Amino acid sequence: MAADYSPYSFIVVLFLCALAFALLPLGLALLWGRLFSPGKPGPQKNAIYECGLESKGDAWIPFRAEYYLYGILFLVFDVEIVFLLPFAVAFSGLPTGAIIAMLIFVLLLVEGLAWAWAKGILDWR
Amino acid sequence: MGLGQGHIGLEIIMDEALRNELKRHGILTTTLEDLYNWGRKNSVWPLGFGLACCAIEMIAASMSRWDLARFGAEVFRPSPRQADLMIVAGTVTKKMAPQVVRLYNQMPEPKYVIAMGACAISGGPFKQGYNVLKGIDRYIPVDIHIPGCPPRPEALLHAFMTLQRKIDSQSLLGPERPRHLQAEAPSEFPVPEYGEHDLEPPKNGTLWQPPVLARG
Repeated sequence: MAADYSPYSFIVVLFLCALAFALLPLGLALLWGRLFSPGKPGPQKNAIYECGLESKGDAWIPFRAEYYLYGILFLVFDVEIVFLLPFAVAFSGLPTGAIIAMLIFVLLLVEGLAWAWAKGILDWR
Repeated sequence: MGLGQGHIGLEIIMDEALRNELKRHGILTTTLEDLYNWGRKNSVWPLGFGLACCAIEMIAASMSRWDLARFGAEVFRPSPRQADLMIVAGTVTKKMAPQVVRLYNQMPEPKYVIAMGACAISGGPFKQGYNVLKGIDRYIPVDIHIPGCPPRPEALLHAFMTLQRKIDSQSLLGPERPRHLQAEAPSEFPVPEYGEHDLEPPKNGTLWQPPVLARG
């Protein structure tokens, strides 16, 4: 037997097999398409799919900067409800450290709310 | 049965007697064409697309009681890019017709159309209506028509099996080969637009001609 036999060489063999397994069907499909079925692109076929309607405008439209304020408010209340509910459920069994940590967390969120309030975002317009 | 007639280098002639003899010994022979059609007919993915009440029957056909999955067609695709079959299930209003044709155009070849129900094939009970298209076959090539108002899921299954037979009988080569294998055959069909009184054009003349009334 050859002395330079590497116990890891089979990994290379497996890798090549895996590669062939993936590439062979792709190659066959390409060959099939080349042989038999002609490609038929067209302006409508290549158009953006919008449930059959013609698309208008661009997808890269700017959002109004005000939207970010609503984003922040949503985040405040969303995160608050996610954490407050388990906090309330487990409240009586919590150690003091956990309660203080939670209060700090709520304080951070309330800070955001207070900032939004002071900015006047909560006023109905 | 060979691949077809007169194609260079691909012709394999094996007569029926030899095939049967081999089959008797447990050796199955097939052709590329048969394999291709067998794969295609058992994986017809419809477009998830319903227009009216017929769509409810279409949905019922895809559920467990009628189980369209037995025919390999349970995968209703939400995008025309992945769909092979358009089931026009319901009344096509003139407002909806351009969208239907555009969706059909956006499907990749090979693509098939089942016109399901009286409305899709002829306008049905709303044929006299000013706003109803009198059959989707005026704009796109329909492979299977199902009558009924609405057709029962069994009727849709029957249409499916008819479509499978149609796919199975399509040849890979030769002048009789289906549209998607012919380079010069169109894949897109003109989308109608709203004119002053009606859709413009009111029909695709290459696909549909009004029936000639014979008065005797």
